[in-house]
Amino acid sequence: MSSITIQVNGVAETREVEPRMLLVHFLRDALGLTGTHVGCDTSQCGACTVLLDGRAVKSCSLFAVQVEGRSVTTIEGLAKEGKLHPLQQAFWDQHGLQCGFCTPGMILSACELLARNPSPSEGEIRAGLEGNYCRCTGYNNIVKAVQQAAAAR
Amino acid sequence: MTEKFFGASIKRREDPRLITGKGNFVDDVRLPGTTHAAFVRSPHAHAKIRAIDTAAARKLKGVIAVYTGKDLSGVNPLPVGWLIPNMKIPARRVLATDRVRHMGEAVAVVIADSPYVARDAAELVEVDYEPLPVVADAAKAVEKGAVAVHDEAPDNVCFHWQLGDKAATDKAFAGAARVVKQSFRNHRLIPNAIEPRAALASANPGTGDVTLWLTTQNPHVNRLLMAAFVLGMPEHKLRVISPDVGGGFGSKIFVYPEEVVVTWASRALGKPVKWTAERRESFLTDAHGRDHYSDAEMALSADGRILGLRVKTIANMGAYLSLFAPAIPTYLYGTLLAGAYQTPAIHVEVRAVFTHTTPVDAYRGAGRPEACYLVERMVDLAARELGMDPVDLRRKNFIPKDKFPYQTPVAVQYDSGNYEAALDKALKAFDYKAFRKEQEEGRKKGRYLGVGFSTYVEACGLAPSQVAGALGAQAGLYESATVRVHPTGKITVFTGSHSHGQGHETTFAQVAADELQVPIEDVEIVHGDTGQVPFGMGSYGSRSGPVGTAAIYMGAQKIKEKAKKIAAHLLEASEADVVYEGGKFSVKGSPGRSKTFGDVALMAYLAHNMPKNLEPGLEAISFFDPGNFVFPFGTHICVVEVMRDTGQVKVVRYLAVDDLGKVINPMIVDGMVHGGVAQGVSQALWEHAEYDENGQLITGSFMNYAMPHADDLPRVEVDRTETPSPVNPLGIKGAGETGTIASTAAVANAVMDALSPLGIKHIDMPLTPGRIWEALRGR
Repeated sequence: MSSITIQVNGVAETREVEPRMLLVHFLRDALGLTGTHVGCDTSQCGACTVLLDGRAVKSCSLFAVQVEGRSVTTIEGLAKEGKLHPLQQAFWDQHGLQCGFCTPGMILSACELLARNPSPSEGEIRAGLEGNYCRCTGYNNIVKAVQQAAAAR
Repeated sequence: MTEKFFGASIKRREDPRLITGKGNFVDDVRLPGTTHAAFVRSPHAHAKIRAIDTAAARKLKGVIAVYTGKDLSGVNPLPVGWLIPNMKIPARRVLATDRVRHMGEAVAVVIADSPYVARDAAELVEVDYEPLPVVADAAKAVEKGAVAVHDEAPDNVCFHWQLGDKAATDKAFAGAARVVKQSFRNHRLIPNAIEPRAALASANPGTGDVTLWLTTQNPHVNRLLMAAFVLGMPEHKLRVISPDVGGGFGSKIFVYPEEVVVTWASRALGKPVKWTAERRESFLTDAHGRDHYSDAEMALSADGRILGLRVKTIANMGAYLSLFAPAIPTYLYGTLLAGAYQTPAIHVEVRAVFTHTTPVDAYRGAGRPEACYLVERMVDLAARELGMDPVDLRRKNFIPKDKFPYQTPVAVQYDSGNYEAALDKALKAFDYKAFRKEQEEGRKKGRYLGVGFSTYVEACGLAPSQVAGALGAQAGLYESATVRVHPTGKITVFTGSHSHGQGHETTFAQVAADELQVPIEDVEIVHGDTGQVPFGMGSYGSRSGPVGTAAIYMGAQKIKEKAKKIAAHLLEASEADVVYEGGKFSVKGSPGRSKTFGDVALMAYLAHNMPKNLEPGLEAISFFDPGNFVFPFGTHICVVEVMRDTGQVKVVRYLAVDDLGKVINPMIVDGMVHGGVAQGVSQALWEHAEYDENGQLITGSFMNYAMPHADDLPRVEVDRTETPSPVNPLGIKGAGETGTIASTAAVANAVMDALSPLGIKHIDMPLTPGRIWEALRGR
């Protein structure tokens, strides 16, 4: 077991973990932050996407110990002072989710996309979300949601 | 009047929790002392189990138990919910004991104090297999000398089924000017809801009660089948909760081995037991979809009238019968072969066969996409054969709008329709003439553009119980709703429908709030819990709108009837003189004398001043059993460009004009169409569950099963016509599956249209660059 400290949504979290524990399981099982989901075992689906020092990463593809001392933002940490993040608001406004399972990862990927490219074209949005699967929406309204959030910046 | 919610694009009430990470999916449920299950699965498609050695697994620290099929000998095989005469029903045990019949079939389970340890231990279970010959392909399974999947079906035929008038069809062909023939492969798909299946069973050793959190589309059906047929436990001692469920698309309808095993294990151990599928397990064990071989023949007159359709289909059932598998290639397929056309004679024969593959069952559309693809492809092929425009041939054969209700030659009676209106609207938005001109000019420059039409009809709103029962269903297919008015006038609606992305917490509240004339905030929708909802048949076959909301509507009427009696009593007026408007009961002609809905609700519970012989309380349960299926229809138009050199297909434009009857929430229905179209386009172009000759699933992960990303799909342009259904009081036709049903044919027709100058008439799906390039070689 190793003792690690990770900043999660602005709070320093220290836990004893097995070296092989994945970051996603650290978030879900050690911290109870179940908004980060697991949809596959080959790092394709993107449901587990979180921000690591502002960069979108698949938390199923990192060990928790690799993230020692770094800063993680999960979907639970996006809304500030009860106000939805513009992307959360846009996903709601544009009906960018149906079952909602891929949504946390999709929103965090879109976060990084807009940080890199504040006014992306439709094609750039579609390409920028290629690490995330959605099976419900056909991506139509996800694209619209990202466009709304970009316009709101 | 209270604000009218029906027809309004109200933002979803379930979204705030889902966009902030506060959803509650099965794997999110945390119980103290939970143990974790990991299954040992067969790497072979067919093998004899000689021995299973669990000793090493048991010794691992943290392992609580290891069970094999022998330990579960008291558990019955999984049931089959739809019976076809003379069918073979081989036993499907939750853990295989003597033989395995598909890759991924479970043979043992490890229960440990952490999922990591459970997995480690599962790898220590040694199974001594004797590999046996394999047949994975349905066409090969019916060849003479093929290895038998089950001893009781030596020819691998599960059942032989037919529908329609064979003699009339033969006669139609004898008198036909032209006959068009084509063989089709409608290939196998894997549903791949993004949330993997999961089950958490918690037995209470004190009471004997079990609560099972389960990713299911129909918790009551699951409870009934597990309790009464599989585990033999009292139904009322099992509570099934399906909280937020991350997509289903059919795959979460059925009773699967894993949830039975964790429930059994929880009772055996007196501890909560949890299992969540890894994606590789989803690929191997979620019921697959489609997988047909069909030979179709269409008889036509010289001027393009369809005279007859003859279809012979081999349907792959997989290694065992999944719960509703027998219904899919029969009553949800053969009955839709008339399509939108006045085909006078149809005959279809289906041979359902066993193979050494994962069981096949309902996947979004379930039988209807297979029928639509076949009919719409045949219509295009016929148009080409006759030198007619595919739009003209369709229009010529459409069932006219004044012929509804329309009795087809394949058993069903279409409720209502106006097929030309949808076609005209789509053509207008598309500008067909301009496209053909652009196509013509493109061809001169070596640009291969194509357009495909799909003027589909589908059946949903499953189903009139009496009809379903006569056809072999082992269940009624009504829906229930309980409307509970609380003393303060707030309302909880308990629906037997289940939402796994459909937005029922919003749309069902729209219906209830309208009917009861209350603010939508005053209505809460509860679903997915057998402990709260009295009964329900769940959501599949696009039934929540046409059947589920109708039950709520009826429950609301009962509430209004009783409330009116109480109001009349309080107002000292005759019931006939009391009207309910804007959330108030008032006496006709003297609007000043009124009682609010809340006043009446309070009195119903205070009961200080009630009419004689009227019980206190204000609650009603309704069961709506529809008189017929509902039949949505529409026109989808797809434009593609095929790259001559690479065989790549680009979807340039996609239009969907659907007629779904009355629409509760246009925003939500648009979303269903978008998502449905994505899945149908994806079947046409990319997705394919492929087995090799050894029964190995070679597309067993997202690395090699081609699910579309955002940049693969086009934007879908959506519009509608509105022909209300007379089948339910709200005029709803159902919307969940139309996109998938219609779109596959539209895409395939577009690709064949693009390739028509090169003399290509048909390529089987998926229309991957490789397949198109092969077809183009040497041309």
